[in-house]
Amino acid sequence: MNSLWAVTLATLKKDIRLEWRSKDALNSMLFFSLLVVVIFAFAFDPLAEESRHIAGGLIWVAFLFAAVVALNQTWARELRNQVLDAYRVSPAPANALFLAKALGNFLFVSVLEALMAPLFVVFYNLHVLGPAWQLIPIAILGTWALVVNGTFFAAMSLRTRSREIMLPLLLFPISIPAVLGMVAGTTAVLTGDNPAHFYIVLLLTYDVVFTTACLALFEMILHAE
Amino acid sequence: MKRLFPILSVLTAALLAYALYLALVVAPTDALQGDVYRIIYYHVPSAWTAFLLFFINFIASVQYLANAKPSSKTAAKWIVLAIGILGVIASFLPPVQRLLPAGMHPSAVATTVLAIPAFYFLIGKYFPGERLDVLAVTSAEVGVVFCTIVLVTGPIWARPVWGIWWAPGDIRLTSTLVLWLIYVSYLVLRRFSSSAQTQMLAAALAVFGALDVPLVYFSIWFFRTQHPQPVIGGGGSMDPRMLHVLLISWMAFLCFAFLVCWSRFRLELLHREVEEGHAMESLAGGAVAAKGSLPLNRSPQ
Repeated sequence: MNSLWAVTLATLKKDIRLEWRSKDALNSMLFFSLLVVVIFAFAFDPLAEESRHIAGGLIWVAFLFAAVVALNQTWARELRNQVLDAYRVSPAPANALFLAKALGNFLFVSVLEALMAPLFVVFYNLHVLGPAWQLIPIAILGTWALVVNGTFFAAMSLRTRSREIMLPLLLFPISIPAVLGMVAGTTAVLTGDNPAHFYIVLLLTYDVVFTTACLALFEMILHAE
Repeated sequence: MKRLFPILSVLTAALLAYALYLALVVAPTDALQGDVYRIIYYHVPSAWTAFLLFFINFIASVQYLANAKPSSKTAAKWIVLAIGILGVIASFLPPVQRLLPAGMHPSAVATTVLAIPAFYFLIGKYFPGERLDVLAVTSAEVGVVFCTIVLVTGPIWARPVWGIWWAPGDIRLTSTLVLWLIYVSYLVLRRFSSSAQTQMLAAALAVFGALDVPLVYFSIWFFRTQHPQPVIGGGGSMDPRMLHVLLISWMAFLCFAFLVCWSRFRLELLHREVEEGHAMESLAGGAVAAKGSLPLNRSPQ
């Protein structure tokens, strides 16, 4: 257990340091989701009342697309200089690598969300009618739901041809219940029409089920040769 | 076995024709919907067949993953056995029965639960090693075809009866669509992945898909369904004459699916044999090629 956390922390630190110096993932995600926001704003020209109903969907679709940009880069970085092969032969637990990558992605996507959320408020003239604090658990659980499966499928698509295209093809069908929970939950809070508790429970269930599945199967994916 | 194939093909063709005749001529016209309802004789059997095939794919995938290590192989056997026993006991307990939809018999649930260990052990016995993976590909491919039939015939029926092609947010429609999407992505993964690791990756994806479907179902629990109630084991009721036609139709579809699966299974086996042959050939190098006896060459010389 100790070695698991030690390796996780070391890998996470390395990833954060790399990201801090290059800012590859964050910059591309930020600019990408900014573009999505602007294009949607032109396409819909939303008034305040309408926008409250569609904003939940727009926000999460933008973050979903942006997250894919970051997720595609996570493992590609390890392919250079055969880092992944070195990891495979080392005695370090496979799940530590997975956890570090997932936590790193979670951190990057969370930073993106924190930076983009004010922009959404500005562009769509949002003001929340329901209990606003519920957006925080929805955001945390929703981001983890995207990132944990995304990290897993990114590792999976690493072994395929044209891996950049493979990731969304694998990730989106599986993510449908999570996206539905995030979108419907956010809309419920924004409009204040109905309680969002059901969606928080749904996201929590999704997170628990798929985190367990990822941890159980990751070693096989890493060593599948 | 090979001689059985043409006989079975003829039988299936006859059965399909007979089912079509029953569906179009013999089955009584629905009092409310008129003749439009007759599409269920294609829609429902396709759905049952598709779900059965996806179930087989899931079982084969789990078993493929479990067989990777001897320890997990034994563990999986006991877990599956425990699921069977506990499931049957649980389906007769009062608190669980309250959760079931009205009109669903506990014995129907118990039978469904028993199918898990039954299929697991049968498939494990008759499809050892690499054949498990071949079975998984076969069932996924044929299942996607049948699921496509379901998704095409559904809207054709819904347009005149509901007035809309598609009911967004409907529990059964959405979960079938998501199931279809997951299995299409499964097939895409198989196509795009290089041959050595495909099996493991695909099996893992199949497990993820199987975990996803109950969550999809749960996520749209909120919305009521427009879809008619299930005919068997559920609250729906049906004229016994119609049910009879439906079951014969299902028989025909099952035979057809079996036939397609069988030939696809053989094709996939041959395909792998050829690939292996090519690999062996390039390993052996020029020496084998010079003698002109490829490891692939099966004809007696």
